[in-house]
Amino acid sequence: MAENTKPGLFEKGGKLYWLHSTIDAFDTFLRVPGTVTAKGAHVRDGIDLKRVMIMVVIALVPAALFGMYNVGLQTSTLYGLDWGFWHMFWYGLLRMLPLFVVSYAVGLIIEFASSQIRGEEVNEGYLVTGFLIPLIVPVDVPLWMLALAVAFSVIFVKEVFGGTGMNIWNPALVARAFLFFSYPSSMSGSDVWVSKTWVGALKDVDAISAATPLAIAHDGAYDAATGAVGQYSFMDMFWGFIPGSTGETSVVAILIGALILVWTGVASWKIMVSSVAGGLLVGWLGQLAGATALPCWYQLVMGGFLFGSVFMATDPVTAAQTETGKWIYGFLIGALAVVVRLWNPGYMEGMMLAILLMNTFAPLIDHCVVTAKVNRRAKKALNA
Amino acid sequence: MSDNLDLKKGLNIPIEGAPAREVVATVVPDTVAIKPTDFKGFVPRLLVKEGDAVLAGSPVMADKQRPGILLTSPVSGTVQQVLRGEKRKLLAVVVKASDKQEYVNFGAKAPQSADETKDLLLKSGLWGAVIERPYGVMASLETAPKAIFISSFSTAPLAADTDFTLADSLQDIQAGVNALAKIAPVHMSVRKDVYSSTIFHKVENVVEHVVSGPHPAGNVGIQISHISPIMKGETVWTISPVLLAAFGKLINTGKLDLTRKVAITGPAAQKPAYITALPGTPVKDLVKVQGDVRIIGGDVLTGENLGQEGFLGFFEDQVTLLPEGREREWFGWAKPFRPKVHSSSWCYFSWLTPSKKYKMDTNLHGGPRAFVETKCFEDVTPMEIFPIYLIKACLAGDIEKMEKFGIYEVLPEDLALCDYVDPSKNEIQAIIQKGIDLMIKEMA
Repeated sequence: MAENTKPGLFEKGGKLYWLHSTIDAFDTFLRVPGTVTAKGAHVRDGIDLKRVMIMVVIALVPAALFGMYNVGLQTSTLYGLDWGFWHMFWYGLLRMLPLFVVSYAVGLIIEFASSQIRGEEVNEGYLVTGFLIPLIVPVDVPLWMLALAVAFSVIFVKEVFGGTGMNIWNPALVARAFLFFSYPSSMSGSDVWVSKTWVGALKDVDAISAATPLAIAHDGAYDAATGAVGQYSFMDMFWGFIPGSTGETSVVAILIGALILVWTGVASWKIMVSSVAGGLLVGWLGQLAGATALPCWYQLVMGGFLFGSVFMATDPVTAAQTETGKWIYGFLIGALAVVVRLWNPGYMEGMMLAILLMNTFAPLIDHCVVTAKVNRRAKKALNA
Repeated sequence: MSDNLDLKKGLNIPIEGAPAREVVATVVPDTVAIKPTDFKGFVPRLLVKEGDAVLAGSPVMADKQRPGILLTSPVSGTVQQVLRGEKRKLLAVVVKASDKQEYVNFGAKAPQSADETKDLLLKSGLWGAVIERPYGVMASLETAPKAIFISSFSTAPLAADTDFTLADSLQDIQAGVNALAKIAPVHMSVRKDVYSSTIFHKVENVVEHVVSGPHPAGNVGIQISHISPIMKGETVWTISPVLLAAFGKLINTGKLDLTRKVAITGPAAQKPAYITALPGTPVKDLVKVQGDVRIIGGDVLTGENLGQEGFLGFFEDQVTLLPEGREREWFGWAKPFRPKVHSSSWCYFSWLTPSKKYKMDTNLHGGPRAFVETKCFEDVTPMEIFPIYLIKACLAGDIEKMEKFGIYEVLPEDLALCDYVDPSKNEIQAIIQKGIDLMIKEMA
């Protein structure tokens, strides 16, 4: 198949050569390129970016599968429907499918077009971004909004900087931020986190609100005796049987993903650990200061904290590059996210903005780390 | 006096075709080439013409700017051909060897001063064996190096084992060291795992360093950066143990004899072992290959593609035969297991079989991309520098940043493993070389 399309028409000088980025993308997707080394090392490692990126997608799968089940579960609970496990799962799968389709279609079309314009091979980075975006938006988000957000983020956050590897901010998070600031009514509050598009219409019920534990806790409904936040116990939040963005609710599923990422070395464990440490510390201080009644570990199981720490903060392109810098970067993300949660009257989730802010400062952190080390070494050499 | 240098970072590439410790042949070449392209910073001026008779040790080329620096013929015979490339660039002088080898007599006398050592190096054509850092160029005549570094071993993939190739050369090495020590203190690194048995720890008149660790621990540049980092304005010299032994032999016998044991290695080598040969020997006389095989002078990370018609280089004591990897594997990147492909990344399962050797080829295993994953560079660079920052400074051509991030301390060979591990398939060695070339131009 690929053999027939490759020579002649799409080769340099061929009529359809201008399409070569697109053809190459499909061709190399199916088969490893036959390119041999021309300079430098004569042998190369089997690893390539396609493999790296697919590892992240695999790590996201547990969270995505659980999220689909949970979409059905929350709807079923909210409306008092007596759905079985597979019914819940299928409902969630069918609700999520259009989001994935739109995210990948819009993103990949722009990605292919941009590669075509630059005359480069198509980069695999969007495989991950396209999978992340549906997992961090409300499941009922209108598809045209999603398409707009994806287009904005891919064009203005990635392609204008030169594509994957050149971007400053995490494109998936910017898509979410775009939606958040442009269409706040579809993105926040107590009414958006449980899918009711289909069921609501069928059952003809008025909007019932299903607040996330984060929102409930923000209103102070924490029961210190039972450890429950509203109707949700700590274990509910740990396993993920709570309303929220599709991917973010289950700590267990996210930890499985974290294990894959750390094991394969694709994401930095230092960022994950320091982010959690930062969140815990500020959560503890907040409790001491009386800003919240919640014990600090509740900060980890509510909202998008863990999902952000594991999958978003660790994006190797937008995170700090130096090893010392990673500790600082991760810690500040965790700390800032909880600061926003605790000392902010309006907005109860701080993870998205914390990561985007630290994306901005990551080069500065690296600069300080690198300069300090270079100076220290120069001094040592002088004294030696 | 000795100190320990235990390096942790790095990678031994598990490639098939390590040489057996035996010499299976002695190659007596019909013709030998002297290649000015082996020497960085050398601008050749021809001293002979076709038909001239030369002895082993007779000059055939001199440097245009520094006429004292000579390249000499390793054999006696007649100049057969002057090979030129594009724009009449001088590629090689080919000498047809005579049946009986005759040598220029340099006098078997140990140099008594720095000037005498330099003089002998220049006259014999071994000046080119001395490499100056920063930049890895042929040593300049005026500079006084702060030290001379010798790494007694190589950790490069399938590299010739100097413990075997130089086992009988202690006296020559000692003579070479004594002469060089007139110029500057000599530092020699010795492999830790063979410390008690190796001849190198018996060498006197050196500052000894005991080194262990995976490749590139054997690279002299890595060792220097830990022992005595090169700062702006400083220079050091390095010389390979093989050429040091040749220099010592010159002192002991008065003859220039560059004969060395060459390791024939790699997955495409029929019987990986050692042969005795001279630099400049035609590749055709060294190895017989079948099929689409790349003939590399040196190791797979830093070697030069010699081609079927090439000649063994002045510095090389290894030839690697590597199959070309033009085959295209279906769904390569998506397969859970690829038992034939090695990856140091844990995204594949090579870690399950740590002692397995792979029949590697020249396939790039991917397409070029922008930098994404960069921690892998630090994991294979046992130096106190930030490889990715240096690489980016070189790409940007920013002199100030290159200085700051350690351009004086590295040669492309020190970052060769970055080429290997990079998932984005960037040409790191080429980028570093470009940076170094820019430094030479701007700092001249």
